[in-house]
Amino acid sequence: MIVADRKPLEEILNSIKDYRKIMLAGCGGCVTICFSGGAKAVELLASQIKMARKKEGRDIEIIECTPERQCEHEFIDELKKDLGSVDAVLSIACGVGVQAMSQRHPDTITIPGLNTKFMGYPIEHALWDERCAGCGDCVLEWTGGVCPIARCAKKLLNGPCGGSANGKCEVDKDTDCAWQLIYDRLKKLVKLDNLKKIREPKDWRTSTNAGQRRIKFEEAML
Amino acid sequence: MKSDSRLEKVLTAGKFAVTAELGPPQNADPEAIRKKAQYCLGNVDGANITDNQTAIVRMSSIAAAAIAISCGVEPVVQMVCRDRNRIAMQSDILGAAALGVKNLLCLSGDHQKFGNHPQAANVFDIDSVQLIAMVKKMRDEKKFLSGDPIKEHEPRLFIGAVENPFADPFEYRVLRLAKKVEAGADFIQTQCVFDVEKFARWMELVVAEGLHKKVYILAGLTPVRSHKALVYMKNEVAGMSIPDELIRRTESAGEPKEEGVKICLEMIEQVRNIEGVAGIHLMPIGWESITPVILERAGLLPRPEV
Repeated sequence: MIVADRKPLEEILNSIKDYRKIMLAGCGGCVTICFSGGAKAVELLASQIKMARKKEGRDIEIIECTPERQCEHEFIDELKKDLGSVDAVLSIACGVGVQAMSQRHPDTITIPGLNTKFMGYPIEHALWDERCAGCGDCVLEWTGGVCPIARCAKKLLNGPCGGSANGKCEVDKDTDCAWQLIYDRLKKLVKLDNLKKIREPKDWRTSTNAGQRRIKFEEAML
Repeated sequence: MKSDSRLEKVLTAGKFAVTAELGPPQNADPEAIRKKAQYCLGNVDGANITDNQTAIVRMSSIAAAAIAISCGVEPVVQMVCRDRNRIAMQSDILGAAALGVKNLLCLSGDHQKFGNHPQAANVFDIDSVQLIAMVKKMRDEKKFLSGDPIKEHEPRLFIGAVENPFADPFEYRVLRLAKKVEAGADFIQTQCVFDVEKFARWMELVVAEGLHKKVYILAGLTPVRSHKALVYMKNEVAGMSIPDELIRRTESAGEPKEEGVKICLEMIEQVRNIEGVAGIHLMPIGWESITPVILERAGLLPRPEV
């Protein structure tokens, strides 16, 4: 899932300082699961904004809503009826949601309230770790299901750097060394031979280096 | 001969090789290189010119290498994967060779987090193993990584790589070394050895795999000036193994610098006697003036004629 984190309240307040009435739009998808952009987050942020503005003596009116998904037009088109009456939309969906709103409602300013971080997995309650960088050419088959592109700070393909110590990455002592994990898993699976082969330089054209990527699913085209 | 490198000649002649680090300055002063080059001139078989080590911006290693060459010192240009993509690296490899560089050491590079521009994007388009293979391809197949031919004047470089016998997973370290050898490494310089016992165990595995016959291994050694410096390395540098006994020794030393030199001399003696060790690589971090002193006292001077 996509994991996002709320921007600091200060930054949000600054980005909406000129507005008297806004729509605060959450999303019922990934960001609801990671607590940053669901209906509850909308309610909480709305009250924080109102309190802060009240303190400044400049009340603000907020229309609260949480469409099922902000990244699909059938769900955000429903919001159109209220857009005429607001100065701006404050979106606490991921970056896709913010852009979907902007593209679908080009006459309304949409401001992001979250920082979209990564595609991740909850390793425990309320704790997410990055798992996929969307490189477009998956290597998990030979790495024992541990991604060195998303999880190694140097995106190494041929084993750990010299900074791997006690199973941890030198860049952050709370982060497991991806290559230690790969080594341990492959050892367990009796597949250490996977690591003997020299892996060729990656073709990054499938990643973010060729501009915006597009996927077309021919069979489903109307 | 794969190159016209002095280091290659010394190693292939079966002589115990000596390389030492020469760190470029954090400014544009050529004199800084010329001064440090004097400590290396005639004393080492190759002077490693570090490439923005610990991700701190310094004079370009290739530019500094050109200055070292003008002083009569043969450089080992270090090249990291952190800052350049495959296009820039191949371009710099051609440029280095054109300036008379004969040795290239291929590394991943310290993460930018540890340097003075932690905000920087890192590149890591290719990794160190892939870099080794790329340099070999340019030299031996006369081809760029893309497969396009280098029609003439291919870069004739003696290819180096590094390995850290003290990082984890320990058992994988030899496998990774084997990969670097397969990729085309001609010589290896190791991370600083303080834990000779662990280094010896690693070398046993290296010898068991027969890797010492395929690649020249130079044991990395760092003379330390103070107890504080050693403690810092133990606590702050990932992948370092420093025995407590050494910590105690430097702590109680009356003359810390002399103690540091003595420890280094003992290490040289110890690693020389380990099977498969073909030389040493001195990394006197910020203390280049000690290089000739240590080499003299270790009986490694004068360097052999080749």
